[in-house]
Amino acid sequence: MPFEWFLALRYLRDAKGQTALILGGVAIGVSVIVFLSALIGGLQASLIEKTLGAQPHITLHVPREAPRPLVEPTAKVAIARQIEETSQRLRSIDQWPTVMAAVERIPGVIATSPSINGAGFAVRSGAKRPIVIRGVDRERVLAIIDLRKRMVAGHFELDGGTVAIGAKLAADLGATVGDKLRISSSEGVEDVVTIGGIFRLGNEGVDGSWLVTSLRHAQSLYGLAGGVTTIELKVADVFAAERIAGEVQSRTGIPADSWMKINAELLAGLSAQSSSKLMIQFFVILAVALGIASVLIVSVVQKSREIGILRAVGTPRGRILRVFLIQGGLLGIGGSVVGCAFGALLAKLFESLARDPGGAPKFPVQIDASLLLFASALATGVGLLAATIPARRAAALDPATAIRNG
Amino acid sequence: MADPSPPLLLVKNVVKEYGDVARTRALGGVDLTVGRGELVALVGPSGSGKSTLLNIIGLLDRPTSGSVALGSTETTALDDRGLTDVRARMLGFIFQFHHLLPAFTALENVMIPAWGHDGWPSAKMRTDAADILREVGLGDRIDYRSTNLSGGQQQRVAIARALLRRPPLVLADEPTGNLDTASSAEVLDLMRRFNRDLGTTFIIVTHDLRIAESCDRIIELVDGVVTSDRRR
Repeated sequence: MPFEWFLALRYLRDAKGQTALILGGVAIGVSVIVFLSALIGGLQASLIEKTLGAQPHITLHVPREAPRPLVEPTAKVAIARQIEETSQRLRSIDQWPTVMAAVERIPGVIATSPSINGAGFAVRSGAKRPIVIRGVDRERVLAIIDLRKRMVAGHFELDGGTVAIGAKLAADLGATVGDKLRISSSEGVEDVVTIGGIFRLGNEGVDGSWLVTSLRHAQSLYGLAGGVTTIELKVADVFAAERIAGEVQSRTGIPADSWMKINAELLAGLSAQSSSKLMIQFFVILAVALGIASVLIVSVVQKSREIGILRAVGTPRGRILRVFLIQGGLLGIGGSVVGCAFGALLAKLFESLARDPGGAPKFPVQIDASLLLFASALATGVGLLAATIPARRAAALDPATAIRNG
Repeated sequence: MADPSPPLLLVKNVVKEYGDVARTRALGGVDLTVGRGELVALVGPSGSGKSTLLNIIGLLDRPTSGSVALGSTETTALDDRGLTDVRARMLGFIFQFHHLLPAFTALENVMIPAWGHDGWPSAKMRTDAADILREVGLGDRIDYRSTNLSGGQQQRVAIARALLRRPPLVLADEPTGNLDTASSAEVLDLMRRFNRDLGTTFIIVTHDLRIAESCDRIIELVDGVVTSDRRR
């Protein structure tokens, strides 16, 4: 075994109590990082999944209609006028197949789906509820929001006047699969549809208002033959949605809103959570670093005469430096292995104990190899870094002074 | 016809001063030449500069002025790495308090000069260390931790450590200062034997007149200056 490894291991072994204490300290620090990261990561993933499970990553919609003044002022004529906002009609995106084809070529966009979104009412027996009628291309919309997985009753079929509705809307109307509903669009067109499936997306607003039908059916309800009011996109990296939305808008000239813009408050909350996590990680790691550094500094002081002897009999400075760096690294690795195992165990235990009445975890945790590798690499790196000061101090010891004064 | 090989040790006008403002002169221009195979006693009252001179000869300290040459190597201009290499190759050290590493066995302690310098242990290192431990009478204590050995045994391990790489010059700073009479005699006998059998040069700093009288040459230092240098 190389001399520096042998000596480092002997030093750690001979100071058993000290080594055990600092290993325990590092392990606790790492377990706090793993536990918190798993918990916060799980919560964030769950929130994002719930949010994006019910909406596209990017939505292209028809530009708002701007009022057109009847008379414009000139250099000679000043005009006093009051311009009122134009009421927004339901209109189709111009040349939407061309727009959609252009958008599909943008890097990062992995799915597109044309749709019509309009307001309306659903009536059954004495119950009447305001609804959002969503006309979609069945195959394309599944690539954006996989409604098949969210069906709680029936199937996601949109043929021949069959529709799918949200679970809360179904409950409010007292309807179930196979029942008929009378619906009317905001354009005044009425129809009778059959409920083919009931879905639950986990978003009360959506589950209480959505009625999903075929694109062709929606086009007839809103008098938009061949038209669509929105084009919905899915992107590979959800956090690149805002950037891609900007690119889509600049290429097509059609307003594009990302989920990040629509859910700005959620993002701010997630960002605050991430900041808190980083702060906690920073202080935990600082404590770990100080612990390792202080133990090794004490070790250097205790061993300074031995270091002087080693230097006197021909041990190079670099080898002495490495003896203490190895100790720091080993404390980091040892502590992180124990800490990762303990932190993961704690997180899983927490997840299994706190469950809602349906049996789903209240606090889903997210533990993956990258988190454990990150925590281990962080603790080991910090161990090495923390050992730098005592190691340099040891290597710089003057052998004559160290032997004389110990 | 003059001997063309340089002396083992050549100390030229070495001055050592301590302190930045109020300077204290520990050595005031020491000249010394020591040949191969000599057994030299360095004597003098406390504070006369013996240990300072030994540290400078041992390349553990640098002189304020003057020069030290070991064989054909002029050491004054060497950097830390160079000094470490010369120490490993040419010098052995024996200290008053043996200074063995308590975490190591006797064998591992003896291997340190070679192991610590080269990095990896070798079979030859182990064999040499075991052989020399047998030579100092500790063949049955090879795997003992140094803390489980008596004071005399620890000092014998220290002598074995100093001689592992067969350095031409061994510096001993009060090697018997912490030992009883019987152990002192054993240690002295060992040094005399290695001097005779291996031709190793010893420079022994001592207050013990009996040890000094048993050496071939006695150099006396008073107030940092060599006041007498006599051969017996």
